[in-house]
Amino acid sequence: MAKIDLIVRRAKLGGKDVDVFVSRGKIVEVKPSAESLDAGDATVEEAFGLTLLPSLTDVHVHLREPGFEYKEDVESGLRAAAWGGFSNIMCMANTKPVNDNGSVTELMLEKARRYWPKGPRLFPIGALTKGLKGQELAPMAELAQAGCAAFSNDGVPVESTKIFRLAVEYASDWDRVVIDHCEDPYLGVGVGVNEGEVSSRLGLPGQPDVAEALQVARDVLLAEYLDLPIHLAHISCRKSADLIRYAKARGVKVTAETTPHYLTMTENILEAEATEYDALAKVNPPLRPEDDRLAMIEALNDGTIDCLATDHAPHAGHEKETEFDVAPCGITGLDTALSVTWGLVRDGVLTRETFLRAWTTAPCKVFNLPVNTFAPGDPADFFLFDEAEEWTVSPSTLHSKGKNTPLLGSVLKGRVKTHFIAGKKIV
Amino acid sequence: MKWLHKDLLDVSQLSKPEVMAIFETAGRFQELQERPVKKVPTLKGRSVVLFFAEPSTRTKTSFDVAGKRLSADTFSLAKSSSSLTKGESLKDTALTLQAMAPDAIVIRHWCSGAARFMADRLDCSVINAGDGRHAHPTQALLDSFTLHQEWGDVAGKTILILGDIAHSRVARSNVILLTRLGAKVRLCGPRTLLPPALKTWPVKVFSDLNEAVKGVDAVMCLRLQLERQKDGLLPDLREYSRTFGLGARHLERANPDVRILHPGPLNRGVEISSELADSAGSLILDQVASGVVVRMALLFLYMTRKGEE
Ligand SMILES: [Zn+2]
Repeated sequence: MAKIDLIVRRAKLGGKDVDVFVSRGKIVEVKPSAESLDAGDATVEEAFGLTLLPSLTDVHVHLREPGFEYKEDVESGLRAAAWGGFSNIMCMANTKPVNDNGSVTELMLEKARRYWPKGPRLFPIGALTKGLKGQELAPMAELAQAGCAAFSNDGVPVESTKIFRLAVEYASDWDRVVIDHCEDPYLGVGVGVNEGEVSSRLGLPGQPDVAEALQVARDVLLAEYLDLPIHLAHISCRKSADLIRYAKARGVKVTAETTPHYLTMTENILEAEATEYDALAKVNPPLRPEDDRLAMIEALNDGTIDCLATDHAPHAGHEKETEFDVAPCGITGLDTALSVTWGLVRDGVLTRETFLRAWTTAPCKVFNLPVNTFAPGDPADFFLFDEAEEWTVSPSTLHSKGKNTPLLGSVLKGRVKTHFIAGKKIV
Repeated sequence: MKWLHKDLLDVSQLSKPEVMAIFETAGRFQELQERPVKKVPTLKGRSVVLFFAEPSTRTKTSFDVAGKRLSADTFSLAKSSSSLTKGESLKDTALTLQAMAPDAIVIRHWCSGAARFMADRLDCSVINAGDGRHAHPTQALLDSFTLHQEWGDVAGKTILILGDIAHSRVARSNVILLTRLGAKVRLCGPRTLLPPALKTWPVKVFSDLNEAVKGVDAVMCLRLQLERQKDGLLPDLREYSRTFGLGARHLERANPDVRILHPGPLNRGVEISSELADSAGSLILDQVASGVVVRMALLFLYMTRKGEE
């Protein structure tokens, strides 16, 4: 048996107290806590009272470096990930310059290695088309070689169905999945608010749910026709979930994600007394009515939606403290995702199994990333979590540079105390 | 009545008794309009900033006259003419205005929610003179005041709002206020110019103007922004004026004493025929006169709400 170099003692795992044995970054064994234990010269981490969870994977974040380091950079983004319980994060290509060539990918990876040599692991996502312009395919072979784990034009969805089709085909040559931000470019005009009762009352041009669903329909038909996988980003409405359910029943290789905010917030936040027109709740796709929120929970629980992702979109304070029309879209998410979604487990809205599938096994399976199921040989990526600790979301408690969340001021329950990636303590 | 509101962001904030108090105050100022000297010292030494980030000669002049008749000092700040607001964020504009310590700020802005944004950051009263597509409370109040003067009461009357409802803050505020005052409201316009979700609005919606005008007591025409055609929302202006432009022939189906309103400026021959605009039933110039006294009433109520008596 391999020499044990780390033992985590008396952690709570699924209602039992366990000891975790780690060797060279891998799980060796997880077994019921023993009263007396010969630790040898292994490091011992006392975890009494803390919950043990496998580290999470976030397949959709915006780290903003290069180009917008004032919003976030690789260092601060990975810090938020580390404290948020994430061992793997995938970052989108809408940086400046765009991640459409190997040197940008390498720069991101070099920054990650320099500031966070022990993780969290960064997996850049390359652009589908040069400059995200939707005209010419990006050099995906070069990008894949440089370390891109997937391809997406998130931020500026591909307008031409023909170019999108070619991109999906070409990406498959390099065994990479394409992620689509589903938004019909012609119907997707009103940004940041759902088209409907609330937008009508507030006098804001809204974005209808069909702007998303039309593109989902296109993508599932295309995925079926090409027999290639397409991953659908940040799904927000019932119509989309129904289409994905239909596609999966036909065996189409589509996968999908939704975010913690579509599970917990609705458009009504924009007309509430204290948060009326608050650009902190401006997000694309927009927050939807309650029925869509319930549909997201159903779809996640029944597996129609495979995984959760934060769509972590940090912005500077002054960019959000402005007219609703002018403010950029996005909610910072890495710091709060775990507490918010664990809260749904605590409230019985999501099962623990759904939570684990959505944040760990499913995203890793879609994108071929290392996954920890606490089986021998799995990467020793896990964190210890105080389920009872309450914390107030505020600029000082968020590790991301992005303080832009409608949760500011609210009290969340559950805080990461220690996080190990490949058996090394990172926080 | 003790005035409790700090800001006027939309008519939805006002109860019916509060609206009546505004009308009553405006009525008193109306008598003043008939005197040779139209100025009173009520707000002497108080200052009102007119912050117009979107150009509007009518509304701005109306507030300016209203302020001056009450002896307030009025200062204009237009987005285009002032270095203060050039390329500056709305937050910085708010802070700068705050530092000048005005007693009230009248704001017109192209973005829905902008008045609310200012009100949250300023200690002085903020009066919304139109924010994006959201609200235009002073226009709605002057429209209702005009009808109130004409009829004594708007309750039980049927009023048709005609035209581009979707992009109209005037329509939105009028639907709320007229309903609150007990009127029945109808809307008519092409589907492309109606808000997406009208099911929960307390209105009847028509696509046929001939049906919509049947038995109405007043028609409120909205100004058609001519760029709507470029946005693809209309085939062309000729077709629009033929289908949704108000003409004398429509009024044969309305109540014989039907009144015509229009917030101005008019596109004669587009949303309303020229004869109707100038006809006996037209209240368009009464609206302008009401505008001044209603705004006087509002400045008076909001600016004297504290420290008086
Ligand atoms: Zn996106």
